[in-house]
Amino acid sequence: MRYDITLNIDYRYSHPTDRTRNLLRILPHDLPGTQVIGDWTLALTPRPSEQAHFTDFFGNTVTSAVWHYPIDAVQISLSLQAERLRSDPFLSLAAPLSRLGQDLAALRDVSARSPLHFTAASRRTPAHAGMGDFARAALRPGMSAADAVRAIGRAIHRHMEFSDKATDVDTPAAVAFEKRAGVCQDFTHIMITCLRAVGIPAGYVSGFLRTFPPPGKEKLVGVDAMHAWVCAWVGPEIGWLEFDPTNNQGVGVDYVTIGYGRDYDDVAPVCGAMRSMGDQSSKQSVDVAEVAD
Amino acid sequence: MTKPTPTDLGSPLLADYALSDSVADELFDSSGRMRPVWVPFLKALSALPVPALRAKFERGRQYLRDAGVYFRQYSDDPLNERDWPLSTMPVLLHETEWDQICRGLDQRANLLEQVMADLYGPGLLMQQGHLPPRLVTENPHWHRPMVGIQPRGGHYLHFLAFEIGRSPDGSWFVLGDRTQAPSGAGFALENRMAMRHVFPEDYPRAYTHRFAGFFENFRKALEQLATTNRTESHQFGLLTPGRANDAFFEHLYIARYLGMLLLEGEDIVVQNGQAMVRTIDGPVPLGLLWRRIDSNFADPLELDPDSQIGVPGLVDAVRSGSLAMVNALGSGVLETRALMAFLPRICQQLTGAPLEMPNIATWWCGDESARAYVRDNMDRMMIAPALAVDLPFDSNSETVRGAEPEIVDLLDTPAPDLVGQEAVSLSTTPAWVDDENGPRLTPCPMTVRVFTARTEKGWQFLQGGYARIGPEGDANALAMQRGGSVADVQIISDRPVPEPTVPKAAPDATGVRRVRTESAALPSRAADNLYWLGRYIVRFEEAARLLRAYHLRLAVTDRTDDALLTLIAKALKAVDISVDAPIPAGLRDRLFAAHGCASKIRDRFSPDGWDALNDLVKTTRQMVDTATPGDDAARAMSVLLRKTAGFSGIVTENIYRFYGWRFLSIGRALERTDSLAAALQHFAPEDAPEGALEVALAVADGTMSHRRRYALEPTRDSVVDLLAHDTGNPRSLLFQIREMQRLAEDLPGATLSARPTALVRELLPVRTQLEILSPEALTTAVLGDIRTAVARMSDRLAEAHLR
Repeated sequence: MRYDITLNIDYRYSHPTDRTRNLLRILPHDLPGTQVIGDWTLALTPRPSEQAHFTDFFGNTVTSAVWHYPIDAVQISLSLQAERLRSDPFLSLAAPLSRLGQDLAALRDVSARSPLHFTAASRRTPAHAGMGDFARAALRPGMSAADAVRAIGRAIHRHMEFSDKATDVDTPAAVAFEKRAGVCQDFTHIMITCLRAVGIPAGYVSGFLRTFPPPGKEKLVGVDAMHAWVCAWVGPEIGWLEFDPTNNQGVGVDYVTIGYGRDYDDVAPVCGAMRSMGDQSSKQSVDVAEVAD
Repeated sequence: MTKPTPTDLGSPLLADYALSDSVADELFDSSGRMRPVWVPFLKALSALPVPALRAKFERGRQYLRDAGVYFRQYSDDPLNERDWPLSTMPVLLHETEWDQICRGLDQRANLLEQVMADLYGPGLLMQQGHLPPRLVTENPHWHRPMVGIQPRGGHYLHFLAFEIGRSPDGSWFVLGDRTQAPSGAGFALENRMAMRHVFPEDYPRAYTHRFAGFFENFRKALEQLATTNRTESHQFGLLTPGRANDAFFEHLYIARYLGMLLLEGEDIVVQNGQAMVRTIDGPVPLGLLWRRIDSNFADPLELDPDSQIGVPGLVDAVRSGSLAMVNALGSGVLETRALMAFLPRICQQLTGAPLEMPNIATWWCGDESARAYVRDNMDRMMIAPALAVDLPFDSNSETVRGAEPEIVDLLDTPAPDLVGQEAVSLSTTPAWVDDENGPRLTPCPMTVRVFTARTEKGWQFLQGGYARIGPEGDANALAMQRGGSVADVQIISDRPVPEPTVPKAAPDATGVRRVRTESAALPSRAADNLYWLGRYIVRFEEAARLLRAYHLRLAVTDRTDDALLTLIAKALKAVDISVDAPIPAGLRDRLFAAHGCASKIRDRFSPDGWDALNDLVKTTRQMVDTATPGDDAARAMSVLLRKTAGFSGIVTENIYRFYGWRFLSIGRALERTDSLAAALQHFAPEDAPEGALEVALAVADGTMSHRRRYALEPTRDSVVDLLAHDTGNPRSLLFQIREMQRLAEDLPGATLSARPTALVRELLPVRTQLEILSPEALTTAVLGDIRTAVARMSDRLAEAHLR
């Protein structure tokens, strides 16, 4: 499946800000066997005094942009071509959830995709007793780890209502869980917290979701902005699988991945610092259009 | 428990000095004999009458107070500082024993460097099974952005401290490694200075190894790391969390002692991968930071996003290789408690040799057999979170005794989050106690903090350090959680130690020997605070003068609608001060604001200046409760004005006359100009009520000058002439404007071009106006224009130098 993707983010500051420094995590990169990224253009307005790219610990592409002069707004526009490859269907010989702890204890790999980075609570996904109970209630004895992921994802989808009014980007997952409403970021944080509570390493995936469904299918939720979903490690045989709790489905050809992290902080599209105080506001628009073969 | 009778010197001070056979003692060896290193000292001590001893100890405490040594507690109260808890008895160790300690710790420092290089490099220790990966991957002090980054200069660790204790068998062991941003070296220095005042006698002073060489060599190493292989000159500085930090005094002291810039996060910007210090002369390159903030706070963009004290982009500067960090960001991971369970094996693995000095026996409960051992021996255990990085006896440590019932339950199943450590006993050392039971020496448990720095010749150790002294009676390490005092650790030689000779600086290219180490770069933040200190202090003073005038008038009139009273109240209201209370909140706030500015730049103050300002704050605070309207409040204002003059005198007389002083002086002159113009507007308008001109003179401190110069009742012309045009009167507008111009023309950048700077361009028309206008032409409206120009001057100054 091939897509033309455009992303526009506008930031406005209430006062001109001096020495604004942003880290952007919006550029997808090739994932062997999963996606291939074609041409892309990224334009920042006004023009940054410095602009560079580097790869972070988790392998994500980071753009750093610095303005040495005061600015009161930034426009980010990205357009790119991406091809999402069809992945193999799930293997059903997933390990039982009860064996996951042993598998993890035996692991010595500490490379970026090692599940060992995704076991501990993190800043945006602290352990939460209520979510732990909620997760355990969704499990059945003898379940495989992969089934446990799907069961917990389904339970969250049932528990939560999608609403872009209930929360904002800084709302703790616990508040969204309490309100039973939020956006994909909240769904994802809640699911990560739930999975870790039952011993499944889990992380945050940011990316894009196709805007219009194939004929005959319903339009998905969360298509108007950048999307987020969950990756979970279900044992050495299968490794990682990805699940979108906002849409209650496994991640397939409708999705283009930007990056992986322990939670939102690791993959925030725009992470900024500026010298002056004051409010800022942002607007985001995304279009993911399928390109006919 | 048997109590061997110590062979004392017949000294009554030691009559109750009880030894236990289950702990070692510093003063007496295991056979009850006094260790030779103490004998001459104890002899001398015992020969002195108690009042003389008390006087000696008081001298040490007095020295610390005079030097302004304090320990800050986090709070909003500007005066919330505690005295430094110095135990006036030193801890004496013989140099042979010390050398052995340092050898063991030298090995450990090298080992820690290797472990650090692996955890932020290939990760072989984890992959090969020498360290459980989750102790690293789940560790909040292991910073992923730092993985793969080579430190500038090749080394991760440059300054370390070790907390060590002595076992009952007399040998030493490591209780904890301090690798993040070890504190205490500055306090050790101050302890030493204080002890020289307590015991100026030949023994042990002349036989004690000195501190100076250590700091001198470390400074050289830092300078080298900051400047080597650079094409342009680079600054180096000490990065502090700021004045709210409990160890801020130490940061201040060390920066001053080593002649380094004392920097806060907002002093630094990163441009094109290069860290720069914001100075009044623009950004200048920074080559090295000795950070005293924890790594996670260093950069809100790549580390903890909540940090308010870091520098956005600092990781980028490290990544680009332009900035050296002491120690490398992420070094806190080495403080992880559970790591100590694996270090002995890692040492064997990496160096082929065992640890020369053991660390406290530690068991990680994620390992089944270790957990079982801890479970079976829990009454001999201290239990803590596996990833804890504090020391077991820190006052807020989560460490508890193993026998706590809820811990026992926790240990029933594998507990990878927990670590067990042997509940060690510490040695005791004599502490001076002077209470209702009389003066005496008593054994108290202690640990010693040892400092080491990487220099050209490898790790160099501070010859001595500081000891923490716990409460009497319980030698268990956990008892230290209850606090205590600190003592100077002195390393004693058999022979007198020669005074270190400070080597002369090598001549530079022009043949000049550089003797000054103080950097000339003035950070913009420091200049900003000096400038505002000048402004706030004058603002406070001017308000106090107005209030004095108000209360003097109140004392002689009982009419609340008195015209003068109303006029003065209006002038006060114009500067947001109400006359509801004798010491209004608005007055206090000005002083607190001045204190706030001063406390951010304490490295540029003498302790005298600081004391004078604190005294002013205290006095003002007391007066809030006691002053009554009228005469009493007027007198109170006179007291405050005298104390303000005292503070201003100390500060302006003693601050080194360079850029910093100019900013302070410009702030004063600017505020003075504005308040003089305001006073003329309020009290010398063309239709001034009777008595108003006298008030104008009083608030401008011009009553006496006027009487001498004009010998007549004040008229508007005579008052305006004195307060606006008279260049002989330091409280005239023209005098202050000329002063400001002189200062402004000495600021950096002022001489680069033939054209006057923006600030001077604001000053010149005002100056000309005051020189050519007659008093009657200086109308209220013209005065208003002058005040607007003054506000613009402040903006111009800020634009050019303070951002």
